[in-house]
Amino acid sequence: MSLDLILRVGTKLILPFILLFALYVQFHGDFGPGGGFQAGVITAGMVILLAITFGLKAAQRVAPRSLVERMIPLGALIFAGTGVVGLVMGKNYLDYSVFSRDPAHGHELGIFLVEAGVLITVAGTMTALFYAFVERGR
Amino acid sequence: MNAVLPHLPALQVVIPLLGALLAGFLRRGGVAFALALAVSWIMPFISGAMLWQTLLTGPISYHLGGWEPPWGIEYRVDVLNGFVLVLVSIVGAVIMPFARRSVAFEIEEGRQAWFYCMYLLCLTGLLGITVTGDVFNAFVFLEISSLSSYVLIALGPDRRALLSAFQYLIMGTIGATFYVIGVGLLYLLTGSLNMVDIAARLDSAWPEYSRAIVAALAFVTVGVSLKLALFPLHAWLPNGYAYAPSWATVFLSATATKVAIYLLIRFYFSIFGVAIDVDTLPISEIIIALSVAAMFIASLIAVFEENLKRMLAYSSVAQIGYITLGIGLANQPGLTGGLVHIVNHALMKAALFLAIGAIFYRARTVRLTELAGIGRKMPLTMAAFTIAGFGLIGAPGTSGFISKWYLAIGAIDKDWWVLVFLIMASSLIALVYVGRVLEVVWLRKPTPEVARASDPPPSMLLPVLALASATIYLGFDTEWTVGVAGNAVEALLGGLR
Repeated sequence: MSLDLILRVGTKLILPFILLFALYVQFHGDFGPGGGFQAGVITAGMVILLAITFGLKAAQRVAPRSLVERMIPLGALIFAGTGVVGLVMGKNYLDYSVFSRDPAHGHELGIFLVEAGVLITVAGTMTALFYAFVERGR
Repeated sequence: MNAVLPHLPALQVVIPLLGALLAGFLRRGGVAFALALAVSWIMPFISGAMLWQTLLTGPISYHLGGWEPPWGIEYRVDVLNGFVLVLVSIVGAVIMPFARRSVAFEIEEGRQAWFYCMYLLCLTGLLGITVTGDVFNAFVFLEISSLSSYVLIALGPDRRALLSAFQYLIMGTIGATFYVIGVGLLYLLTGSLNMVDIAARLDSAWPEYSRAIVAALAFVTVGVSLKLALFPLHAWLPNGYAYAPSWATVFLSATATKVAIYLLIRFYFSIFGVAIDVDTLPISEIIIALSVAAMFIASLIAVFEENLKRMLAYSSVAQIGYITLGIGLANQPGLTGGLVHIVNHALMKAALFLAIGAIFYRARTVRLTELAGIGRKMPLTMAAFTIAGFGLIGAPGTSGFISKWYLAIGAIDKDWWVLVFLIMASSLIALVYVGRVLEVVWLRKPTPEVARASDPPPSMLLPVLALASATIYLGFDTEWTVGVAGNAVEALLGGLR
């Protein structure tokens, strides 16, 4: 208990920065390496680090199983729903030019939403996989 | 209405996709079933409208995201895939009411929503493979349908379901890998993933790169044949079908392999057949040899099978042999027979597996020895089983006769009388394995196991009866099977070099 003081304090210090870095990777994906998938993995990494240091219960207080398992379809729903907006506005499915008067800007916004969906699904899937392995045999 | 009509190809895939995601998000068995039922009942209207439109005005092309093909993904519906779309969506719509009780009986409460979610994803994948005009998009949908069908099988009540799902996962992944290697070769050669565009560009690549094209053809053939369970590549199928939940077996047997067969036909007749002279390659001979082997060997295994679901699974391998035989014959009556058998076999095998599902629901067993005399306890269910069984044999007056008739004419057209004899002889083996079951269920005294069994409630009985009546109806009125399939085959063969 007392021996892992550095680990515990270090983890607490680093957790917000992991999340911040995930968001940086997410929003910087347009201009450099990154995007929803990578950001989702980093976000899940934060939960996994929390679980390894403070135990599964602490991690599941932050990210309960029911939430994590709902994030998987939710992200994909955002992705598919972004495509449906094109349909509703009278263009073809997945046509993002409807999001703005300027088609290029509309595409940017569409991909932004899609990447947000990817982040949610990937973070949910990675965490759910981790929970599934950790909870085995309990 | 006019606002919706041009978007039908996208809606065909998007509606089940949204349904699947909502079912997974809401996580309540009852809500998920209602969603699955609603989606399944909408699908036939969309596919029917598209088939109608293609019959009247020719192929429909839909550009996803507004990007022009060949750069963007194109959804392209002609008579052939319109036909398959209608089949898949009608099967889903007819068998869906059966699922409620069967799934509640076999799958624990907490997993039912996942089951419906996976069914809707599988439907999304199968309809997507069929509707798309892009070979890589077809791969993505192939993976969606395969991954969800592994889960469907793994949800089976028996622990062996896990092992058979894993076996299917390994084989299915190998198949998908082979397919994508083939697609990769085609992309290297042509720089395109659009089916129509590849067909147009392969032509000029043939003299210089014929070996690469043959390699691509071989990879795609093996990959897709694994998915459709062509004879020596069928090892995953019997266990997968035997240990999956009853309703999942019905759905997969009636649609999954059929869609893979469609993909093979598409590659042979709309891509390779258009671009190169396939007669110089021994494809036809190989396919026919494997088909005949499937018809005999799988039927013979079915004769000695005790578990009814496994017996019908082996029978599926044999019946798929008849369909691929039509592909191998590659003439107007032969290919028409193959296409018609896609529909006829899907409907009768769905009826048979539904009947087995109803038996399991009432008697909790599918072993033939324990089901003696069940015909007297569940007369309507077993009557439907008997009718569909006669369809498997190809008895006159059932739809199975129609498909075999056209296959035989296709063989006669090529003067292959031996093949005609083989089609008849393999039907006799079907007579043995179906007859063996009929003898046990109708003529023997009921055992104590089945003493308390009775016909299932209407929501389960009506789908069985509807599919059995379709087996008879399509044996007399062939306008919607032979008529439409003949139309599709004319377009396919007309495009060949």
